[in-house]
Amino acid sequence: MADTISNASFGESRAAALLYNPAVRGFLYQLVTAILVVGFVWWVTDNTITNLRNAGIASGFSFLDSRAGFDIAQTPIAYNNDMTYGRALVIGIVNTIIVSVAGIITATIIGFIVGVGRLSSNWLMAKLSQVYVEIFRNIPPLLVIFFFYTGVLSLLPSARDSLSLPLDIYLNNRGLAFPTPIFGPGSWFMGAALVVAIAAIMSLAVWAKRRQMATGQQFPVIRTGIAILILLPLIAYFVSGMPVTFDIPVKGRFNLQGGAVIGPEFMSLYLALSLYTAAFMAEIIRGGILGVAKGQTEAASALGLHPRKVTRLVVVPQAMRIIIPPMTSEYLSLTKNSSLAVAIGYADIVAVGKTVLNQTGQAVEVVTIWMIIYLTLSILTSIFMNWFNAKMALVER
Amino acid sequence: MAKELAYVRKEMQAQKPAPKKEGTAIQWVRANLFATPKDTILSIIGIIFLVWAIPPIIDWLFIDAAWTGTDRATCATVAQGGMRPDGWSGACWAFIGNKMDQIIFGRYPDAELWRPILVGAVFTLLLIPMLMPSAPHKGWNAFLLFLALPFISFFILYGGVFGLPVVNTSDWGGLMVTLILSYFAIAVSLPFGIVLALGRRSKLPVVRTLSITFIEVVRGVPLITILFMASVMLPLFLPEGMTINKFLRAIVGVSLFISAYMAETIRGGLQAMPKGQFEGAASLGLGYWQTMRLIILPQAIKLVIPAIVNQFISIFKDTSLVSIVGMFDLLGIIKFNFTDLDMGLARHSDHRPDFRRHRLLGLLLRHVALFQLHGAPPGYRT
Repeated sequence: MADTISNASFGESRAAALLYNPAVRGFLYQLVTAILVVGFVWWVTDNTITNLRNAGIASGFSFLDSRAGFDIAQTPIAYNNDMTYGRALVIGIVNTIIVSVAGIITATIIGFIVGVGRLSSNWLMAKLSQVYVEIFRNIPPLLVIFFFYTGVLSLLPSARDSLSLPLDIYLNNRGLAFPTPIFGPGSWFMGAALVVAIAAIMSLAVWAKRRQMATGQQFPVIRTGIAILILLPLIAYFVSGMPVTFDIPVKGRFNLQGGAVIGPEFMSLYLALSLYTAAFMAEIIRGGILGVAKGQTEAASALGLHPRKVTRLVVVPQAMRIIIPPMTSEYLSLTKNSSLAVAIGYADIVAVGKTVLNQTGQAVEVVTIWMIIYLTLSILTSIFMNWFNAKMALVER
Repeated sequence: MAKELAYVRKEMQAQKPAPKKEGTAIQWVRANLFATPKDTILSIIGIIFLVWAIPPIIDWLFIDAAWTGTDRATCATVAQGGMRPDGWSGACWAFIGNKMDQIIFGRYPDAELWRPILVGAVFTLLLIPMLMPSAPHKGWNAFLLFLALPFISFFILYGGVFGLPVVNTSDWGGLMVTLILSYFAIAVSLPFGIVLALGRRSKLPVVRTLSITFIEVVRGVPLITILFMASVMLPLFLPEGMTINKFLRAIVGVSLFISAYMAETIRGGLQAMPKGQFEGAASLGLGYWQTMRLIILPQAIKLVIPAIVNQFISIFKDTSLVSIVGMFDLLGIIKFNFTDLDMGLARHSDHRPDFRRHRLLGLLLRHVALFQLHGAPPGYRT
């Protein structure tokens, strides 16, 4: 039959075959997609440029050098309203990082306690932990933040009747006031002692490990290490004639004088993020511990390991492998949730950026800055956690 | 004759006394609360905590609460110009009761309230057969619920057709907005997420790169920046004279955000498909779209249904953020009501945050109750 096919229909079927060739088809699909995307981007860019020109807004990042003119309540580095927009945004970045790091540390600690609590054989503790987890997982983080900001912290007494806590710490509706150390001359001696202590602990750990490998004898590195870390700087403190004094907050007529104050915005954001994320963290940690096969614990006990060592040497290292990947995404989502700061006026990058945006109208630039900063923070966290994960991963011989 | 075995018992063992009755309350308490000294200490701490925390909460919620009343005096102390004794603290349920309409519908005109109620009723009527596995005509049901209803409900709620007066979206609010936003985000993000997930696993480099870039950029930034972007940058992107409604901007923002997460969830399902399924489909002569539509996606999506439901629930929580970009969703309308002159907080006094606390706690409990009712599955995402 094949030889009866006319030339024309053969040519037709060849064209059809070409269209049905996966490589050709793939190329066509991609070409169409690329044209559509490029066209869309071009259209959007063109509109944006026209709109910006009509609104009289100069595009570009030169606005970063102009005077900001607004005040920021939380300034970890020096700032006043005569400084530039760029400086204000840097403060926003630093504030975001501060609250994220503080939140991540606290959330991990609370999450660990609650997660272990849910596994406790003590019925009451297990139930209390469960109630905690269910409450905080089921409400939006924004509501938790508002709860602390308007519901808890602003109910505290005014500065005049601040609550006194131990160590000259005061709590009132303007925040938490605490003493700050003033390092007098000679305090470099303490810093040096701290460095020496850390070096000593590190070499001690190396030595102890080597000795255990050679002789099988163990050495209480952690306890000794803590002792060195505390004692050495303390000795240096007394030897150098107590150079550190404290700036203690004192109750004035209307406000506390001296010391440093953590504002209610930071406090409520920090508490809310920590408690909210801790609920998720608790579930991850519980899952990780439950994920370690029972045979592992039993085998460790059969080897005669003390229950505490079973936990430290057998359960935790294996649980960590399960815990780290989901924990990484929790850390990332905490960092992203810190952007809710804008709702209560904590000067994070989004809040500062929003003020800048409102003042200058540089929407495209500010949004680009936000995106770059959050993507960078995400990538940095991912890189660190991947490194940590690789370190903890199963080493196969 | 069987040989006598030294290790076989020759006489019956004496009967043991019957075990003590198990499962008594005292035994349970001993085993679960006071098994070891450490347990005992933990239990005592727990009991002290409960005794310290529970009675004030019950007092505040029920006993000291203000149940009825129409004005600010109901929930204000004498010093604030109200009727309560100084130092009073209790839940202000009267506020919730009086503001119920606003909490659910926002500033939607009273005369037109039948419209959101109608949409809600139709939604419920369509949802119920959707949730019953045995109900027939699933295809039509899904079409009506996910494609037809969004359009029709928009016209009913917004008006301007069939002689219905226009109700601007700026007057929409409360639970209504929260539900509409979540519903739209769900209806958009599932198909868009599937497309993105397929794109990410595509062999075509251009398609794959575009999908990966979109997914990773969106997942790398907080929702609030996407919402700000939608509210300040979308108007810039459009040609002159073409404006886009604030409500629509929020829907676009939330939907795009959720789609990226949905894509990753669905990709998980796609990756779990054994290679044999693709090969089997190819050997039957199915093309790419046929393979995906008939073989892969039905199985892959079934695998990740729990994760998708988690996503839907988190959408509901995420929509609370639109209150930051100036919309009155459930959270926004309640914050707005704090400043109401008749029932709102007394601004002149030292004790004003009291009121906020009352309402916020109420809201908090409502949220918890809502999610408990729907049963948030374990481990759902932020």
